[in-house]
Amino acid sequence: MVWDWSYAFDILPEIASALSVTISATVVGFILALVLGLIWTLLIRSTNKIVHHVANGIVRFIRNTPLLVQLYFIFYVFPSIGIALDPFTAGVIGLGVHYSTYLSEVFRSGIESVGPGQWEVATALNFTKRKTWTRIILPQAIPPVIPVIGNYFITMFKETPLLSAITLVEILQTAQNIGASTFRYTEPLTIVGVLFLVLSYPASLLIRRLELKIAERY
Amino acid sequence: MTFWEIIVSMLGQGLFTTIVTTILAAILALVLGFAGGLMRLSNNRFVRFIVAIYVEVFRGTSLLVQLFWIYFVLPMFGITMSALTAAVLAIGLNYGAYTSEVVRSGIQSVDKGQTEASIALNFTPAQRMRRIIIPQAFIIMLPNLGNQLIELFKSTSLVALITLTDLTYQANVLNASTLQTTEIYTALLVLYFLIAWPLTKGIQILERKLTEGRM
Repeated sequence: MVWDWSYAFDILPEIASALSVTISATVVGFILALVLGLIWTLLIRSTNKIVHHVANGIVRFIRNTPLLVQLYFIFYVFPSIGIALDPFTAGVIGLGVHYSTYLSEVFRSGIESVGPGQWEVATALNFTKRKTWTRIILPQAIPPVIPVIGNYFITMFKETPLLSAITLVEILQTAQNIGASTFRYTEPLTIVGVLFLVLSYPASLLIRRLELKIAERY
Repeated sequence: MTFWEIIVSMLGQGLFTTIVTTILAAILALVLGFAGGLMRLSNNRFVRFIVAIYVEVFRGTSLLVQLFWIYFVLPMFGITMSALTAAVLAIGLNYGAYTSEVVRSGIQSVDKGQTEASIALNFTPAQRMRRIIIPQAFIIMLPNLGNQLIELFKSTSLVALITLTDLTYQANVLNASTLQTTEIYTALLVLYFLIAWPLTKGIQILERKLTEGRM
């Protein structure tokens, strides 16, 4: 028999319980990506030539190399300079740093869509630099790009299986472990695929609706 | 081994496999993307439905899961294939789904007047697409297609996980035998960057050339 329902139901709880690892890696990685992404954007916008070029160079390098290799680098090379990380921490850092470079691009486009008049008004009203950003620019720059940011959240969720390559036991690794002990890969791997679809598809529909709502307002 | 010896030793088989996988998967993705994008705009509801399922399934699940599924599960149904075929198929199908959305939105963003004009000029629907709509839509799609090519290239590193001997796989093997972890993974990052970065720049130049005086 190619597909065994009773076996599938037997292993479902074990795989589903590993979802907590997958989801917490996504959430923590996403928060890191948001914060770091904003930092990259601000550094790249810096009027200091050196800061601008260094930040730009780092972002460019990270964007043009594969996440998997970055994960290997963090997990296997960092210990040699005295930073030994557990798989979860290494994975979250890899995921967060990689996607921060994408989010920084999103923030940039959001900030550039704020008209120059807003900057001039902030200057005219004698706002400090800090207040200009927090009260004037960011509140207008961020809401229009929220759907894009949401899509990156889903993308990151779907990238978490890569963390199994640095021995993190998330859902894919759990499925593989089950497969290795029973010699049946069909059910566990299919369940993982279905779980991803069941979670990410409704999320993407939600974001599409959000997108329409935001498009109405801006 | 010195840093340079490591780089040179990865340039053979590993680099070749990475490039071949990229090219074959990109061709498959482009073909599937155009077919899917055009079918998504079909008047036939059934055709649209089939493509929608394909797109949502491949965008909704993870590439690595798809890769494992094709390589480890399909043999259970009697479909066995080499690691290279599985890799090209998985990456091509996955990126084909994304590309079909790029193609669809590109075609939809061509001005309606173009369609009306070609109907008025008595073009057949096939001529209309080939001669009028697609040449204009293609230029709109180009930046997105370029980004996808870079993403596709980077995603080929995943094929190491199904034992295809690409750059990443070769680095892992080299690491196991020499334990020069720092040098090997640094070299690997640099190699990927040295391919992806000129590719990014090349696409930007192509974009500028093709859009000159048009947009």
